[in-house]
Amino acid sequence: MSNATVIRRPVRWHILVFLAPAVLVYTAVMIIPLFGTLQLSLFRAVDRVPTFVGFDNFRTLFGDPRWSVSFWNALWNNTWFFIIHMLVQNPIGIMIAALLSSSRLRFRAFYRTAIFVPTILSFVIVGFIWKLMLSPLWGVAPNMLDFVGLKFLFAPWLGKEEYALTALSLISVWQFVGIPMMLIYAAMLSIPDEVIEAAEMDGITGMAQFWKIKLPLILPSIGIISILTFVGNFNAFDLIYAAQGALAGPNFSTDILGTFLYRTFFGFQLQLGDPNMGATIASMMFVIILAGVCVYLFAIQTRLRRYQF
Amino acid sequence: MTAARASLGRTAAAHAILIAYTLIALFPVLLIVINSFKSRNAIFREPLMPPTAETFDLVGYTTVWGQGNFIGYFGNSLTVTVASLFFVLLFGAMAAFALSEYRFRGNTMMGLYLALGIMIPIRLGTVAILQLMVASGLVNTLTALILVYTAQGLPLSIFILSEFMKQVSDDLKNAGRIDGLSEYRIFFRLVLPLVRPAMATVAVFTMIPIWNDLWFPLILAPSEQTKTVTLGAQIFIGQFVTNWNAVLAALSLAIVPVLVLYLIFSRQLIRGITSGAVK
Repeated sequence: MSNATVIRRPVRWHILVFLAPAVLVYTAVMIIPLFGTLQLSLFRAVDRVPTFVGFDNFRTLFGDPRWSVSFWNALWNNTWFFIIHMLVQNPIGIMIAALLSSSRLRFRAFYRTAIFVPTILSFVIVGFIWKLMLSPLWGVAPNMLDFVGLKFLFAPWLGKEEYALTALSLISVWQFVGIPMMLIYAAMLSIPDEVIEAAEMDGITGMAQFWKIKLPLILPSIGIISILTFVGNFNAFDLIYAAQGALAGPNFSTDILGTFLYRTFFGFQLQLGDPNMGATIASMMFVIILAGVCVYLFAIQTRLRRYQF
Repeated sequence: MTAARASLGRTAAAHAILIAYTLIALFPVLLIVINSFKSRNAIFREPLMPPTAETFDLVGYTTVWGQGNFIGYFGNSLTVTVASLFFVLLFGAMAAFALSEYRFRGNTMMGLYLALGIMIPIRLGTVAILQLMVASGLVNTLTALILVYTAQGLPLSIFILSEFMKQVSDDLKNAGRIDGLSEYRIFFRLVLPLVRPAMATVAVFTMIPIWNDLWFPLILAPSEQTKTVTLGAQIFIGQFVTNWNAVLAALSLAIVPVLVLYLIFSRQLIRGITSGAVK
């Protein structure tokens, strides 16, 4: 990096020593495999010899109905999964954060700690907890609905094609509400008291204060939680796998890109795993996530107005 | 008068909503833990009741103890999490120090390069990671998992730690230099102790996803000797799906350690988030 003949300074080896371990591990285990995966998607095993086939794998993915139907199904399901998170998880998270940050509220630390508990549990635990609770065998869910007089609403949601994906999305929302809550809460705490006091002087309190003063000030944080939700959702796998298995039943109605990638890569039932098609799907996920991140960085983040206090 | 009453009403409404949501958040977890201590009949007859003297039963736990190698899985998870955490913190802090302390050509580029991994999930490289691990003979070893999790945790830890290291006073470091401390000593003796709170925050953020991950243990280390607790619980529950006592006990066993750790570190975690580490 620093060349002794150009800059008349001794080579500062310590910089290299400090950087080397992190850069080496990160490059070898993360960056090279990422690009390796992109590269694999351009190859196909012909008689066990990897052969360069250009974009043939992508043509198969989009052109061959055996692949494209599954792919579009997974992509649409994934989009629905994301929409539910944006419509349910983030508004609930913002509402709780707004309530928590209102001044003079007691037991604040307790609520905060308790509401964050599901977020620290693993997907496996969350998947099974809800599978048991919603199971018609155990009857916890129907009994509780009966208690509020809504028993007729009960259905084995996870087993019905038309409800399973929405039910799983809501389970995931239940688990992750803590993250938008915490980030928005932090943003609201950083709003200076003078701004709030000035608003109160002008008679803006309660809901009006939230809509007119606080919400505009936390918009950058809402942008961040949106992109975090996007990346997390389009990369999700564990919850569906834990609750519904690799086949993402019933009848693939809960199949998202992560489970589709897993099945393609490792094979399932009688179909053999296919690393090249797996890499192709991973590349599509890469493109989708990258597109989302770019939209965020260039279209959203640059237009948001930031206030300096 | 009316203003005071209105604000009282608002506070009551706020508490009502928060209590309702707290119940939604905690109820499923409590339900599982409570029922894991009950006999099979009681689980089905009165799922919402706490265990009483008649319905108290540890059969689920004895099944888990007898059938699953949970101590082994637990040890694996602990090894993987602690080792990855150690490397993430050490390498992350070293790189963050280099980036925040020294001006050198390529500094900004290096920072951007290392930040790339915050947005792009490492999972997308799985196909090639598996090939790499097969080629180097690391499949079904804990080393494979430690390497992957170290790489996964580094970007965010470097990002957060370098923000904090910029705040360490230059005078202090320069005083150390005048006293003849080497750059390494300045880092280990002066800077590291000062950013310890930030390290704790990074540790919590890094630890939770590693402990809970299912994807990489499933793909890189599914053998009996290297199963982590998350994967072990997943497979155990899959096999014992009709034995409700065992399933509930296994779930409770998987919940409790994380919950205890969380309650110990929650103050640290919340302070870390609210101090603006993740803005």
